[in-house]
Amino acid sequence: MELTTNEQLMLNGEMGQGKQKAMEILVALGKIYGANKMIPVTSAQIAGVSYKTIGDAGLGYLKHMAALGAKVEIPSFLNPAGMDIEQWEALGIPQDFAIKQMEILDAYATMGIKMSCTCTPYLIGIKPKVGEHIAWSESSAISFANSVLGAKTNREGGPSALCAAICGVTPYYGLHLDENRVANLIVKVDAKLTNRSDFGLLGLIVGKKSNGGIPAFKTFPGARPNENDLKYLGAAMAASGSVPLYFVEKFTPEWRVSKDAEQITITQKEMDKAKKALNEVDTADIITLGCPHASISELVEISQLLEKKPVKKTLWICVAREIKIKAQEMGLAQKIEKNGGKLVADTCMVVAPLERMGYKRTAVDSGKAAVYLPTMCQQKLLFGKIEEILWK
Amino acid sequence: MEIIGRVISKGHARGEVLLSREPLSFLGNVNPKTGIVVEKGHPLEGKSLAGKVLVFPRGKGSTVGSYVILEMKQNGVAPVAIINQEAETIIAVGAIISEIPMLDKLDVDVFSILKDGDLVEVDANKGILRVK
Repeated sequence: MELTTNEQLMLNGEMGQGKQKAMEILVALGKIYGANKMIPVTSAQIAGVSYKTIGDAGLGYLKHMAALGAKVEIPSFLNPAGMDIEQWEALGIPQDFAIKQMEILDAYATMGIKMSCTCTPYLIGIKPKVGEHIAWSESSAISFANSVLGAKTNREGGPSALCAAICGVTPYYGLHLDENRVANLIVKVDAKLTNRSDFGLLGLIVGKKSNGGIPAFKTFPGARPNENDLKYLGAAMAASGSVPLYFVEKFTPEWRVSKDAEQITITQKEMDKAKKALNEVDTADIITLGCPHASISELVEISQLLEKKPVKKTLWICVAREIKIKAQEMGLAQKIEKNGGKLVADTCMVVAPLERMGYKRTAVDSGKAAVYLPTMCQQKLLFGKIEEILWK
Repeated sequence: MEIIGRVISKGHARGEVLLSREPLSFLGNVNPKTGIVVEKGHPLEGKSLAGKVLVFPRGKGSTVGSYVILEMKQNGVAPVAIINQEAETIIAVGAIISEIPMLDKLDVDVFSILKDGDLVEVDANKGILRVK
């Protein structure tokens, strides 16, 4: 691999031990995946934040990197943590968990990483442009950045994204090259898509069928998807099938389809069957929205629904802290909280320790949450569009 | 006998070979306090990786496995060197942060010439595996 003078200095340890370790990892990954050089990235999003997912081993690793003096070179921010940093106690997060979680965040802060813990950085002003190279690692953010924004990122892991943040570069391979951004599956949809949860459901089905490949959707009959819909679609495909990139005809900035692409049609019958299969219970202990983290327009919609009929059960709406602050300034947060909703920042239903908080049945409108809640939180599911789950 | 390989993580070590023809997941399947493989039905189940030159095809499972390798190193129960058929991210990252010498893509099929207990030398500065 050809390295620039600056990259070679990092590798030789002349810019400190932290940069050296990070560059060693990037060079090894470059070798493994056949990169011939590094490419500068404009931002990094680092997964491996919740104590629930990385445990003591991950905490040890982060302390180790911080102790080596590693500092980030580019704007860098985090995936959701295991709890709301400000109101963890009120939400019922166990104290032993909170202590470990704060240690993890402290290690990241020591390295110069911004304490924005969100899977939707593009909603809080970190919105890369078409063709911009980035190193992101949360699967739904990767999908949104690649597909809807037309930026370029591989599916980074926590350590590789952290190393990219520390060195400001990433190995040039995979989805950084246009020749690899080609769909191998054409998807026609012969079903009604009336809301976000339908797009999530569609994503679950297509993710399973695409098997790590890149799907290209023909225009959706009768539906003009907005960014919230596409966020749900991409998140579900990433969760059920590790899909890092997809195209939608006439919507996404890119559209490249292989001549040999297979074509499939998703029917209403399949959608109905998939929805039925997800529903294991008909009432829930907690309702969780905001997977991926909710936008202001989603909060407006939720607030209007709650205005008509408040909720009695615990309702979490997971958001980036910056969105919560904006919602407070708009008076939206107060309206939602008055009618029973809780705006939960920095975390989400999947990486928070729900299973240790007495919850057994969770209602969701998100395909992605439906994939992870049973395995990561031992929850039984109630799945449907918002109006179907808010008052169950 | 000298076998040429690709350097993934630099360093130098000597030790006894412990060989698995099956991929290995570290998270949940290796005890980071003892270095013992606990995955049910795995060919290495019950065996300790501590101090061994661990030869296996590749990593699998959770990416948190990289951190488990570092935890083993800090507890003094990590392998002294790693040989993979073809490296992937989990083991490569784990080896580098833990400063465990690692080679992959050796130019001879090591599974046919090595067996458990063989004494070998891994020179991961030059990319050479020396077999006595």
